[in-house]
Amino acid sequence: MSPSTEASTAARPRPRRRRSALQRKQTRLAWLMLLPALAAVGFVAFYPLGQTIYYSFTDQQFLAGIEPTKWVGLENYKDLIHDTLFRDSVVLTIKFTAITVGFEFVLGMIIALVVNSGFKGRGVMRAMMLVPWAIPTVVAAQMWKWMYNDIYGVVNDAGVRLHLISHNVAWISQPNTALASAAAVDIWKTTPFVALLLLAGLQVIPTELYEAARVDGASAWRQFWRITLPLLRPAILVALIFRTLDALRVFDVFYVFFGNRPDTQTMAIFAQDAIVGTGDVGYGSAACVAIFLIIGVFTVIYVTFMRVEQQ
Amino acid sequence: MKHRRWLVLAVLVGVTALLASLVASVGNARPTATKASNAIAAPPVPNAAKLRKKFKGVKLTFVGDNAVGGSHVRDLALAKRFTKDTGIQVKVLPHPEKSDESYSQLARNFSSKSSAFDVVMMDVVWPGAFAPYLVNLKKPLGKAAKLHAKGIIQNSTIGGRLIAMPWFSDFGILYYRTDLLKKYGYKSPPKTWTQLGTMAKKIQAGERDSNPNFAGYVYQGNSYEGLTCNTLEWVASVGGGHLVDNGKASINNSKAAAILNLQRSWVGTIAPRGVTSYTEEEARIPFTNGNAAFMRNWPYAYSSGVAAGSKIKGKFSVTVLPHGPSSSSVGTIGGWELGVSKFSKHKPAAIELVRYLTSPAVQRFDAITNTNVPTIPAVAKNKAVVRTNPYLKPSIATVARVARPSKFLKGHYNEGSKIIYQGVSQILNGQDAKKVLPSIQSRLNRILR
Repeated sequence: MSPSTEASTAARPRPRRRRSALQRKQTRLAWLMLLPALAAVGFVAFYPLGQTIYYSFTDQQFLAGIEPTKWVGLENYKDLIHDTLFRDSVVLTIKFTAITVGFEFVLGMIIALVVNSGFKGRGVMRAMMLVPWAIPTVVAAQMWKWMYNDIYGVVNDAGVRLHLISHNVAWISQPNTALASAAAVDIWKTTPFVALLLLAGLQVIPTELYEAARVDGASAWRQFWRITLPLLRPAILVALIFRTLDALRVFDVFYVFFGNRPDTQTMAIFAQDAIVGTGDVGYGSAACVAIFLIIGVFTVIYVTFMRVEQQ
Repeated sequence: MKHRRWLVLAVLVGVTALLASLVASVGNARPTATKASNAIAAPPVPNAAKLRKKFKGVKLTFVGDNAVGGSHVRDLALAKRFTKDTGIQVKVLPHPEKSDESYSQLARNFSSKSSAFDVVMMDVVWPGAFAPYLVNLKKPLGKAAKLHAKGIIQNSTIGGRLIAMPWFSDFGILYYRTDLLKKYGYKSPPKTWTQLGTMAKKIQAGERDSNPNFAGYVYQGNSYEGLTCNTLEWVASVGGGHLVDNGKASINNSKAAAILNLQRSWVGTIAPRGVTSYTEEEARIPFTNGNAAFMRNWPYAYSSGVAAGSKIKGKFSVTVLPHGPSSSSVGTIGGWELGVSKFSKHKPAAIELVRYLTSPAVQRFDAITNTNVPTIPAVAKNKAVVRTNPYLKPSIATVARVARPSKFLKGHYNEGSKIIYQGVSQILNGQDAKKVLPSIQSRLNRILR
């Protein structure tokens, strides 16, 4: 056996790390410096979470007056399970997530690929792309609400003039177009974000691979399938995780468009309406905990997927 | 980078174009705000010198009316005058446009015991919920309260405490296009709902030839408090009760089901399909732009119809809402009151602001410039006021006014109203009233217990 392989096949003992006093001191200093930030995060994140979980077992009211709060155990959760409105809101939110993440991913990928290929004005394109993402969601939603209006809205006007639709459609009012119109706004707004994430991933792929593939005679589609997608996997997963968790918590667009209309409530609107609208903080907190668990399930799925990936 | 200059220029051009198009689209959708303040000036503050000596420099926050339109102009004019005369700084904070959001804003403020708001504008149905957080105005303003309509004062007196002073009243009325009625051969506005249906159908069909977006009838059909007001008018005007009667829900009856199903049949035919997402402004804009024949709205909308530059100036009028074949017309009592927060740091100064805003002179100002219904009967009879507010004519002003069930629902009013308007929203969006009303009734009865 050659010396190099002998060395590599022999079990190499791990060098014992002797922590010097200096190293220990630096580690302690690092912890001390992190402590304020960790405490702040813990307080801001865990305290409200803890309080919400506590409230979900009581009948706390928003306008808590002279009546003391009562511990009601699992009663809020029992009511929640039988609440068809909550069930509908969960189904609607999951439908919304599937539609928007799907479209955003496909469109984002196309845009990222286009922007990645060098063309004149690409820098400008990259900047312009971000304009929808930069507009606050509530502002964008109100803007789109006026555009969707069935008497003076721009969408209807343009659609009729271009003969895409025969007459004005009440996009927001009609139950069969309501979800689509809200999803369209979210897709318009967030596709640039997904495109940017994927673009960042694309730019890391070395161009030599493509040249080599072209020399070997691979078609564009094969190049995409065999080179781009596999190497892009980390970026894709990041984009999917971000978008899925965000879409499950969607609130702004639905709130501006529909308020608390019963057939278009998302999980977040249901919880908000229960706490602030009805004033039943206990019930609303139970809904919040349920939402937290549902989103937790998705998180676990994704994280497991990622871990399997890394292996 | 060689392209940097071009990049920056392109981004600037793009953003400017975007903003310009936004402003243009908003400008087209909303007619110019009424020039309310040039009608008459905001009245002076009585005993201003004494107030100046006592409270000069105090800063008050007044949660007032909607951010857009004549109401905001009025709020600013009154605040400015008050500050000029007394030296008390008044910051006007417009409340959210949707009534239930405005309720949430106040609820959050009171439940956190915040001193951010001093004087708050409240819907007449909220005293029951906010009573513990408002100052008792009986001692300082009890004498002034005697000038106002007794029913409203009674409504705002909870447990012997006067917790709000009436500011302006409201009731639902029917707006109609006089020129279109004449054009299609109708001599007078509709008296029954079926007549409204026939007239709206004919006018819409005729007008659609030249204006494909013309609507026969618009109202507030969104899933919010305004729909409860419309529902009460529909149901009470056909003899279907008042949603809650004698402490028990009464909405589940055949007359109510019939009128609600009739309204459902009109959505998409004589009312635009989008009416189920309209609030007050979304119904007013098509009407004042000349794109609707009939509108149900509050009296405030009158001022934008007669403003300079309005497309329907001189072409519309108001009357009472239609009724069923063997009943009479009604109008839901709306209206707003002013209260002083218990957590305010400047309660005496805030009480003086309320005294000024609810005085007869300011009521007259509000009635003339913003066409709001005064709560002081003497002001309502004033000739100048009646001239600018034709719905104060006895024939309309004496319509039976029906109250929403806040008296019975008390602190649960928001929840009860939600049960009603969410249910009716489902009906308007296509469900049979006979299937939805029983569930509304049972859910209401559960919280009325």
